[in-house]
Amino acid sequence: MSVSDIVLEVDRLRVAAGAAVLVDDVSFTLRRGAVIGLIGESGAGKTTIGLACLGYTRNGCAIAGGRIVFRGQDILTLSAAGRRALRGPGVAYIAQSAAASFNPAMTLFEQVCEIPVRHGLMTAAAARAVAVGLFRELDLPDPENFGRRYPHQVSGGQLQRAMAAMAMAARPDILVFDEPTTALDVTTQVEVLAAFRKLIREHRTAAIYITHDLAVVAQIADDIMVLRHGRMIEHGTAEQILQAPREDYTRRLVAERVRGHSFVARADGGAALLSVRDVVASYATLPRVIDGVSLEVRRGDTLAVVGESGSGKSTLARVITGLLPREAGEIRLGGEVLSAGLGGRTLEQKRRVQMIYQMPDVALNPHQTVLDIIGRPIGFYFGRSRGEIRARVLELLRMMDLPESFIDRTPGELSGGQKQRVGIARALAAEPDLIVCDEVTSALDQLVGEEILLLLKRLQEELGVAYLFITHDLGVVKRIANKVAVMLKGQIVAGGETETVFAPPFHSYTALLLSSVPEMRGDWLDEVLARRL
Amino acid sequence: MRLYGHRVTWPAALGMVIIAVNLMGAIGAPWLAPFDQAEVVCEAWDDPSAAHWLGCDNLGRDLLSRLLFGARMSIGLSLLITTLSFSIGIVAGFTAAIAKGWVDTALSRAVDLMLAMPSLIFAFVVLSVLGTDIPVLVVTLACLDSTRVFRLSRALAMNIVALEYVEVARLRGEGLWWIITREVLPAARAPLIAEYGLRFSFAFLFVAALSFLGLGIQPPDADWGSMVRDYRDMINLGVSAPFWPAGAIAVLTIGVNFVVDWLLAIQSRGHGENA
Repeated sequence: MSVSDIVLEVDRLRVAAGAAVLVDDVSFTLRRGAVIGLIGESGAGKTTIGLACLGYTRNGCAIAGGRIVFRGQDILTLSAAGRRALRGPGVAYIAQSAAASFNPAMTLFEQVCEIPVRHGLMTAAAARAVAVGLFRELDLPDPENFGRRYPHQVSGGQLQRAMAAMAMAARPDILVFDEPTTALDVTTQVEVLAAFRKLIREHRTAAIYITHDLAVVAQIADDIMVLRHGRMIEHGTAEQILQAPREDYTRRLVAERVRGHSFVARADGGAALLSVRDVVASYATLPRVIDGVSLEVRRGDTLAVVGESGSGKSTLARVITGLLPREAGEIRLGGEVLSAGLGGRTLEQKRRVQMIYQMPDVALNPHQTVLDIIGRPIGFYFGRSRGEIRARVLELLRMMDLPESFIDRTPGELSGGQKQRVGIARALAAEPDLIVCDEVTSALDQLVGEEILLLLKRLQEELGVAYLFITHDLGVVKRIANKVAVMLKGQIVAGGETETVFAPPFHSYTALLLSSVPEMRGDWLDEVLARRL
Repeated sequence: MRLYGHRVTWPAALGMVIIAVNLMGAIGAPWLAPFDQAEVVCEAWDDPSAAHWLGCDNLGRDLLSRLLFGARMSIGLSLLITTLSFSIGIVAGFTAAIAKGWVDTALSRAVDLMLAMPSLIFAFVVLSVLGTDIPVLVVTLACLDSTRVFRLSRALAMNIVALEYVEVARLRGEGLWWIITREVLPAARAPLIAEYGLRFSFAFLFVAALSFLGLGIQPPDADWGSMVRDYRDMINLGVSAPFWPAGAIAVLTIGVNFVVDWLLAIQSRGHGENA
């Protein structure tokens, strides 16, 4: 390839927010048709770099040094008008949440055609023809009429692809993908990834692909750059990063995904702790969200409930805890029938079922200290004195591997993983028999989430508490659960011991779910697509 | 200058000074005032002099003394009304948001009904029937004002009760009072404080308006609203008397609003920001 092929050159980029440096000394070049993957945990500076390539920084940040050369021109020296001409026709951006990025009051055609028309590149009719062509390339249904719809009338995966069409409408040289599939279900993610890859290859567009998931980026990127705390850790070809990572941090990231399955078998027979039978539930006007679900959890069990968004798995948790009264069926806890609503349950029954949430940020009251948060269940259920509460909270903090000095902190002074540990400690403070874990690792970075899983596992071994583990991540299921229930449209389509469910012969939906989990090889997407045709 | 880590802007500082001076005047009226509010000490409409700094009123009472005692009445009443109206409004609004269902519907429709009637007319009717005792006045105006507080606190609480930490408290089996005071109130405190300042100004003007119309504070007790009413005709004759109570109302309202604006600005910048 010749030098003229280089469309973008980022040279020692440095972005700062006041005194804090968000990105420091990051350099890379991008050739026509090449895709670079930026990977790292939250706060690694991935999005900041992506936005800087559009000559944009978020509020309060500023580009403090370095150059970004787009087709021979340093975009940091451009005037406001120059930057406007760059964004759209030069570099285009695809955001994580398409649903939040589209204007709900305008049709997709209006929004997709806006960029070329506003930049004076095409007439409205020509732009519409281009949009239809892009919709077709992206395998969207009924491409001629797809654009007449409003954003809420199409599915999440379709909207994400419509956003790619919007970005491509003005034929940019570079596309910046910012976690475009993170908010999607695994089965949808496969389709969207395939559509993106096809688009990039056919148009020979260069792309920056930002994600925290190495396995996803492996399917689409030629080069991968690993970032941490705003600095480049490692930069190499996708092959080299996956096969022979040089840095320790990269090795840990890669190892996380390929780690072998460790099935947890438990031989604690005994009576059922929680038994759910033929439960039916729905929200006011919607059809049944939970439709005849039965399951059983024994002491020391971890039952994973898996399914995609909308399958009813979180609703099941709300029905079990009593937040959403069931309409039919029976739920027993240790032999006692639990009343449908929360009001009809005794304090003792409430104490025995505790919950841990997906988002530790909103699950902990930001105006209370760790002592208040963890101590309240102890005082509330067991009526202990202040001194006893404090001693017990300190003991729980030690159990969570958190320093005792955290007792006087508020949640705002803790990291995501630490907050989640406080959430677990609060659940344990009630000395429950069953803990409902609702997607407890999905809001956390990969390595942090892994530590939380290990902690939960250790606590189970020490205390014998049972978990009902709601998740969409099959990798998590295999490592922590001894039983699985696969949910689809409010029903359990497959269930039993983890080993049995995840071994042939599969239920067809289990097979689809399993095959949709990205694997850490460059040819995985091709294989999956080939198999599905 | 900084207060709790927030930079105090000059209008906010001015507002605080105004409020402080007014409060001192109101609290210290019996000691600061040279005469009693009902004492006739000079001729009607005497001009300001060394003995009577602001002059005298229509009955020959010392204007400065009446202004100070009036501050006591006007500010004290407004504080009482606003505090009571916030207590009622917050508890009812939060209860509606937490309980949902028929409790919410019943409370909200009742409030809609009250809001549908102009509050001045409503107050007229109630005060004409029940008389113009100070406790009746306070409770009536607080109830009327609490409908607005109800609207705000319900809207605020709606967003807060959807957060998972409130759900945790419900799952634990906590009672309504705990959820209102410990889980919801701390998160709603900032906008409610700002609203308190704003509603204080309104209550203040409302009491003044009622007094002006003859349904508020009854003579011989002084309050700024009735003072404006009693002296207003003299403005045509060039007597400065009506200017003082009217000016006091204006200055205090502006001062309170300066502080409220500052509080709102802090709040919109987010929690703990020092910028």
